[in-house]
Amino acid sequence: MGFENLLLGFGIALQPHNLFLAVIGIALGTLIGVLPGLGGANGVAILLPLTFSMPPTSAIILLTSLYWGALFGGAITSILFNIPGEPWSVATTFDGFPMARKGLGGEALTAAFSSSFVGALFSVVLITLFAPLLAEVALKFGPPEFFAIQLLTFSSFIGLGGGNPLKSLVSILIGFILAAAGLDIVTGQLRLTFGITELMKGFDFIVAVIGLFGIGEILLTMEEGLSFKGARARINPRVVWETWKILPRYWRTFVRSSFIGFWMGFKPGGATPASFMSYAFAKRFSKHPERFGKGEIEGVVAPETAAHAAGGASLLPMITLGIPGSPTAAVMLGGLIIWGLQPGPMLFKEKPEFVWGLIASMYTGNVIGVLMVLAFVPLFAGILRIPFAILTPLIVAICAVGAYSVHGSMIDVWYMLAFGVIGYVFKKLDYPLAPLVLALVLGDLAENALRQSLIMSQGSLAILFTRPISGVISAVAIFFFALPIITPYWRRVRARALGAGTHQET
Amino acid sequence: MRAADLTVAAMLIAGGLLALGDALRLGIGWGTDGPKSGFFPFWLAAIMIAACTAIMLQAWRRADRAPFISRTAIGPVLKVLGPAVGFVLVMQFLGMYAASALYMALYMRWIGRYAWAPVALVSVAFPVITFWVFEIWFLVPMPKGPLEAWLGY
Repeated sequence: MGFENLLLGFGIALQPHNLFLAVIGIALGTLIGVLPGLGGANGVAILLPLTFSMPPTSAIILLTSLYWGALFGGAITSILFNIPGEPWSVATTFDGFPMARKGLGGEALTAAFSSSFVGALFSVVLITLFAPLLAEVALKFGPPEFFAIQLLTFSSFIGLGGGNPLKSLVSILIGFILAAAGLDIVTGQLRLTFGITELMKGFDFIVAVIGLFGIGEILLTMEEGLSFKGARARINPRVVWETWKILPRYWRTFVRSSFIGFWMGFKPGGATPASFMSYAFAKRFSKHPERFGKGEIEGVVAPETAAHAAGGASLLPMITLGIPGSPTAAVMLGGLIIWGLQPGPMLFKEKPEFVWGLIASMYTGNVIGVLMVLAFVPLFAGILRIPFAILTPLIVAICAVGAYSVHGSMIDVWYMLAFGVIGYVFKKLDYPLAPLVLALVLGDLAENALRQSLIMSQGSLAILFTRPISGVISAVAIFFFALPIITPYWRRVRARALGAGTHQET
Repeated sequence: MRAADLTVAAMLIAGGLLALGDALRLGIGWGTDGPKSGFFPFWLAAIMIAACTAIMLQAWRRADRAPFISRTAIGPVLKVLGPAVGFVLVMQFLGMYAASALYMALYMRWIGRYAWAPVALVSVAFPVITFWVFEIWFLVPMPKGPLEAWLGY
């Protein structure tokens, strides 16, 4: 049953037209991943308006391919230029850049791309197996369950996101408040418009993403005054082949990192902690932990495998529950709504060709991706040698084009600039941006779920806890919300216990 | 950093109060068919104000004297932000294509100090490619100004 569906998907993903889109997507994605200020999320956001006229399956294939490309591209900047293009590539720089400086750039890149491929493939296989099951379960979900999942999504930013939990909370709330602005479709009332007509249509998340991540990132890059003095890498079939001969030795790292990546990536904001965790584990279990940080190939394998496994896994909740696991997935979810699809478990029943085309395209996209990046690394790395005086206006102009094309309105371009400044300030003050974007995308869905739950229970919030599934999910969510408060006490208790010498391990 | 932290938190509180006021206007209770429009925003704004107050307290106690931005870094940041604002402003009147050509040319010439040949190449190539991709290939219109009207588009 599942297998037939996958074959159906491959039938769609392997159509020449869709393969062509995948190639375009990966090329653009890699380009975007390499360029500072244009990550996966705003790459997808800028391209989204161009997909409005496409069939949804082709559109999602283009966008997911872009996503894979951006993930691959991030590794190039981390290894050759010591600049993490994305937060989850930070761990890759630890050993990737030292390798490149030792003249092993080609080996490091091959290892990174191959690990990315393995991690992503692992995730996609798990998605193939579990997505239908999860969707089946989710079909039984009512509004309380969906609201509980939303709670869980946002609680994990606070409990597991690291950083200042209060600031994560504020980011989430800002996103929700901005999402509430404009026309309330349920009651038909205008909210937060203060009589200004321009505010009536609300804030579009695509514009917010382009501003926050695109313009904000450029400003940050400028402030840090980065100059791209990269190591050169020679990559040829012989280097690739030699590296591939070594890599199977690290099969344990591959397996471990894939599991860490998938497990962490399933929850929002998971890719970055997954990459660090996987690096730490690899170091801990290595026979030569002292070599880490000095150019150990395993130190590239571990974070890259985990980051891509997480990147793939973040698409699982998006297609099954309609809850995105990352900002990029959030933008894609927004795309789904614009293309006229209802995200969530019903997709598997109503649009099997879309879902399975998407899943199959994850296989094809990754195969095409790894081959393309291996073949064209010098070309992509060359982009960073374009001077800043050309790159900067180019990126700003591309962002402006993207922001304008969403609704064809100038006000959005101004919003983009404003969001750019906000993104810059927030980034400096450690307000995380990912939860803000997620909240902005999910705002209306979350509010509707809450409204319907409250109508079901005639106004009592207890409904979130009395139904079995939503009860469990809400309980976990509350645990995560409370985690930043519990942790200090827990540490104190544990320190005392250790001091007394009664418990070594808890 | 401390001053910036306090300022941003205070601005967020102000924004939260605005949202709170608007929510109260809409009604935060139970309407004829479920919660009123102001219900959700009210609680969002209330929690945000509380959280921002806590952030202010945190920041107040922490004596972080590091400046938000160093004197040497402020120049490069403004050199990006200023022209970007100018670009959007010009875009409002001249349209996307002319504005981007001007913006690219001036930026490359002023910041990058390029010779006129590469400046001309890039600043003509970008609008032409954008025009082709958006206007012709994907049929997504960009804002246009007098130049496009003169060219009859």
